[in-house]
Amino acid sequence: MRPYARLGLLVVAAIVGGCATALDESETAAKTAAALKASFRPAGQAGLDRLEQDETQRACSLAAGKAPPKDVAAMIEQTNLATIRYPADGKLLGDWKNGERIAQEGRGKQFSDDPKGPVGANCYACHQLSKGELSFGTIGPSLYQYGKLRGNSVDVQRYTFGKIYNSEAFTACTNMPRFGHKGILSEQQIKDVAALLLDPASPVNQ
Amino acid sequence: MKAVRAAVALVALAIAPSLLAQGSTADEIAKYRAALQDGNPAELWEGRGEALWKQQRGPKNVSLERCDLGLGAGVVKGAYAQLPRYFADADRVMDLETRLVWCMVTLQGYTEADAKKNPFGNGNDRKSDLEALTAYVTSESRGVKMNVPMRHAKEAEAYRVGEKLFYFRGGTHDFACATCHSEEGKRIRLQDLPDLTTAQGAQKAYTTWPAYRVSQGELRTFEWRLYDCFRQQRFPELVFGSDAAIALTMFLARNANGAPFDAPAIKR
Repeated sequence: MRPYARLGLLVVAAIVGGCATALDESETAAKTAAALKASFRPAGQAGLDRLEQDETQRACSLAAGKAPPKDVAAMIEQTNLATIRYPADGKLLGDWKNGERIAQEGRGKQFSDDPKGPVGANCYACHQLSKGELSFGTIGPSLYQYGKLRGNSVDVQRYTFGKIYNSEAFTACTNMPRFGHKGILSEQQIKDVAALLLDPASPVNQ
Repeated sequence: MKAVRAAVALVALAIAPSLLAQGSTADEIAKYRAALQDGNPAELWEGRGEALWKQQRGPKNVSLERCDLGLGAGVVKGAYAQLPRYFADADRVMDLETRLVWCMVTLQGYTEADAKKNPFGNGNDRKSDLEALTAYVTSESRGVKMNVPMRHAKEAEAYRVGEKLFYFRGGTHDFACATCHSEEGKRIRLQDLPDLTTAQGAQKAYTTWPAYRVSQGELRTFEWRLYDCFRQQRFPELVFGSDAAIALTMFLARNANGAPFDAPAIKR
């Protein structure tokens, strides 16, 4: 059985496991699905396919802001780990200067964005990175001195590339997008952001 | 004088970000907001909305003064503090904007498409009658305690669906409303984010919409707030007056119960 199919079964089991409220729950779920279907229209580059959840999105929606059950969390991490494609050339770090531009760029994938325009990671929306940028958000942890604290070994590089590529592989139901898996950033862009975090010359590590 | 004071405050607001250090920024923004409150341009929308409410318009050439917003035909005072709610004539839970469209259709004879065609204005180029009407009606609930009912089965259903939608993750970025709005004291860049899962957070957020957005030169309604959140979530476009818009509004408005309504407000 494919990992995603197994995760689907676990999610179903979790719903049915609620027994007393299972009927209410499935009725509300059906009404919610109907409301979603009737309430959005395609605009710009955002089609209705964006409302079709994969198993990770479905399981994490069901968790409703809380940590998912341990077995579900393990399955989410396992299935997402299997999606990570490491660079064929073995080079995990790119150019930190490009990485900084990508970390600052908030545009990309919104229906109001030019589909041919830049697509950024908008890291600063949620994380502190370089000391010089005061306008940073706090949804995610501070990444200031990320590389200085962790070193620049191949293991750390692989983890960092993988975390940006598919964050759900390491923390089930994290708030962080899956930049590589969902096709938000290219492989080169992920290398550049990884360099921003790990290059000793990057302002993040000053 | 009011306009002058507002202009001075606007200049101050534009300079502010470069001068302020991290820690005090939120406090300083709060001060500027307080200064702006004195000359809130939202009053222009409220005034235009009141005139539109009383004006004989549409194919039937009647005013909206017999429109039932939930407290009886023509009662505007306090009506917004009890919306969304179930309306038997429409057999549907409606928010204010949806109910205004209903009255424009049933009383004034507009087609639904005509009534809904311009929900969000664009400065002076394209003024929205619905925004102005919303500004007027909401202003008549200022100071009134939020008291959204949950007596009818469809009201309870809308609340449950709204809660589900709040946690619904989708799109390219896996975002849900909850991604940004379920923890206390978080921000995006320097923008503070309300935690909408607590009564206090929902109250503070919900009771301050509609708002005049300084950065946009427009009065924005709660339906606009939802529309633009979904845009940033990388979802497709939320349909005005749709079931999802009303259900989410029901979830948040009901969570805000007990707090005095305090809008149209002013925001950065």
